[in-house]
Amino acid sequence: MTRAHAGAANALMKRDNTMSLLEIKNLHAEVDGKPILNGLNLTVEKGQVAAIMGPNGSGKSTLAYVLAGRPEYEVTAGDILLDGESLLELEPDARAAKGVFLAFQYPMEIPGVATMTFLRTALNAQRKARGETDLSTPEFLKRVREAASRLGIDQEMLRRGVNVGFSGGEKKRNEILQMAMLEPRLAVLDETDSGLDIDALKIVADGVNRLRSPERGMIVITHYQRLLNYIVPDVVHVLSKGRVVKSGGKELALELEARGYAEYQSEAA
Amino acid sequence: MNVEVRQMKTAAELSLAETFESAKGRLPGLRALREDAFRRFEAQGLPHRRIEEWKYTDLRALMRDAKPLAAPPDAAAKARAKDSGALLRGVNCRRLVLVDGVFAPDLSDLTAEPGVTIRGMAEALAAGDALVARHVGKVIDTDDIAVSLNTALMGDGVVIDIAEGAAAARPILLVYASSGRAPASMFARSLAVVGRKARVTLLESHEAAADDQANVVTELLVGDEAEVEHVKLVSNRDGALQLSTLIAAIGARARFDDLTCTIGGAVTRNQLYVRYGGEDTVSNLRGVSLLRGRQHADTTLVVDHAAPGCQSRELFKSVLDDDSRGVFQGRIGVQAHAQKTDAKMAAHALLLSENAEADSKPELEIFADDVQCGHGSTAGALDEDLLFYLRARGIPAREAEALMVTAFVGEVIEGVAHEGVREALLATTDAWLGARA
Repeated sequence: MTRAHAGAANALMKRDNTMSLLEIKNLHAEVDGKPILNGLNLTVEKGQVAAIMGPNGSGKSTLAYVLAGRPEYEVTAGDILLDGESLLELEPDARAAKGVFLAFQYPMEIPGVATMTFLRTALNAQRKARGETDLSTPEFLKRVREAASRLGIDQEMLRRGVNVGFSGGEKKRNEILQMAMLEPRLAVLDETDSGLDIDALKIVADGVNRLRSPERGMIVITHYQRLLNYIVPDVVHVLSKGRVVKSGGKELALELEARGYAEYQSEAA
Repeated sequence: MNVEVRQMKTAAELSLAETFESAKGRLPGLRALREDAFRRFEAQGLPHRRIEEWKYTDLRALMRDAKPLAAPPDAAAKARAKDSGALLRGVNCRRLVLVDGVFAPDLSDLTAEPGVTIRGMAEALAAGDALVARHVGKVIDTDDIAVSLNTALMGDGVVIDIAEGAAAARPILLVYASSGRAPASMFARSLAVVGRKARVTLLESHEAAADDQANVVTELLVGDEAEVEHVKLVSNRDGALQLSTLIAAIGARARFDDLTCTIGGAVTRNQLYVRYGGEDTVSNLRGVSLLRGRQHADTTLVVDHAAPGCQSRELFKSVLDDDSRGVFQGRIGVQAHAQKTDAKMAAHALLLSENAEADSKPELEIFADDVQCGHGSTAGALDEDLLFYLRARGIPAREAEALMVTAFVGEVIEGVAHEGVREALLATTDAWLGARA
């Protein structure tokens, strides 16, 4: 475990170590009345990196948004438990404070809000929600600088509006910076590889791998196997028509790459 | 020529006519100018929605009656006004206080400073002051009805004269304070003449009381190569109606930056008439309105590029909550000889409520053929995707909204050069947002 993770880890002491980090039970969700998730079951253990693969429209991004609590996504049945506690009634910010982090497929630009201000506001809001005191300015700056330099994000970028004028790769790196600062319990990476060239992909994957820890779970959502060469998963789940239809080890990803998703699409239909 | 048949006069128009008749004998100076101005007003009456310039601010409907002229403040009234100007308290400046539209030297900082001359407008008008006679009513020729009414009934104000080459050590703040007596009307007129190569920061704080009707006109001359920053903060009380006009004529190779920040008052109309009369001047005209309840704020801008090579940037933003209404009308005119003009105007409204309304009417009127001019206008709600992004990072909804609003208006306020003023405006924005939460 990294030193930076100690804060979140302390909060864990009370937790039952035999309990799964995340349990998704029979989850049904819809957008605009259209069912997308149809009885999804999934468990992520502490320290585990779970890859979710699947064809377009299988519900991968919906799962990411439902976990983070996006308002337009309505859960109609089932439950999501983080450390045994249901997330369903919690607002997105409350879920974040509990340790859910979503790295967006398309990170937003926030003109007029410097990345530094954004990080600090987010971090202190989460700490406040957990009953912790604000991080001191020198400690905060030290952590940001360390995390930013590891990701090749220079100080000038931190002073600019969040993601304003950033390239695709810079935006994804900025997502990982936020993840490093917020030290989530559960990180959900939604198509983090999309739009990245191989060099950018390596930097992002390296950033993610640094954040792997025995107490943190990750869900890595991707359409392609390529990302999983760099972020090697413990388990791979295949999603089709809003359900997990197959689970296996990392070799499952290679199989999918070779044979495509056709059999899963028909199987679930 | 067709003569429009005037409608029957409204109660407010009749009452203004009575006010002028009974007061004109004791109003100081410039009798002929006042008479002319009042005749112009009488011919047109209070502007209403069929008058294009007042389309969104129907003064005839908004002004049911005309309040009596404010009585000169007595000692008790002045005592009640002495805490005014609070929003700019942290700014080290020279405070000049007007109570109910009357200059109060005893509440004002009249410390001597080389190159800076300050006197009361009523006194200057009565004495037939040459500077006042030369400029009042003449800085830009306009037949605007609000300005005509002010010219007819102007009582007092401040005359500021910054000599050639002088740099005022501190910003000069005009506090338009209210003594909080019975609702009244006031017609304040101020004049600032900034000499060649002179520098000054001019601040105005408008703090009219509930149900007051304030009509304020400031005329400003900026000399060649002078640098002037002018910031107006309007924090009138609920119920107040204010028409306030800046008339500015800018010289050559000058720098003129203007910002109006409106956070209070039932009805506020901020008019800006700006004329770039000398070449190669650089200028920013900006505005921020933060409105709630049933507040109505109108920014009406008339820019005249009358010389070649000037650059002007117009940026106006409004944040509209509850049932408020924000109006922007902007017209940039470029005269035939004003080649190489570079003017860009933008107006953006952020609607925080479904019942808020934004009206925008940008216009360009270009007679030169070698210019760069443009305008843009947007109105919309907070971006839901962005809001979710912030919340997904742990920032609660209200705080996320506040951050987005701060960023929205911050772009405008960050342009203020004077650090203390900039911070006071950002603090004012924070307080407005805090009151919302």
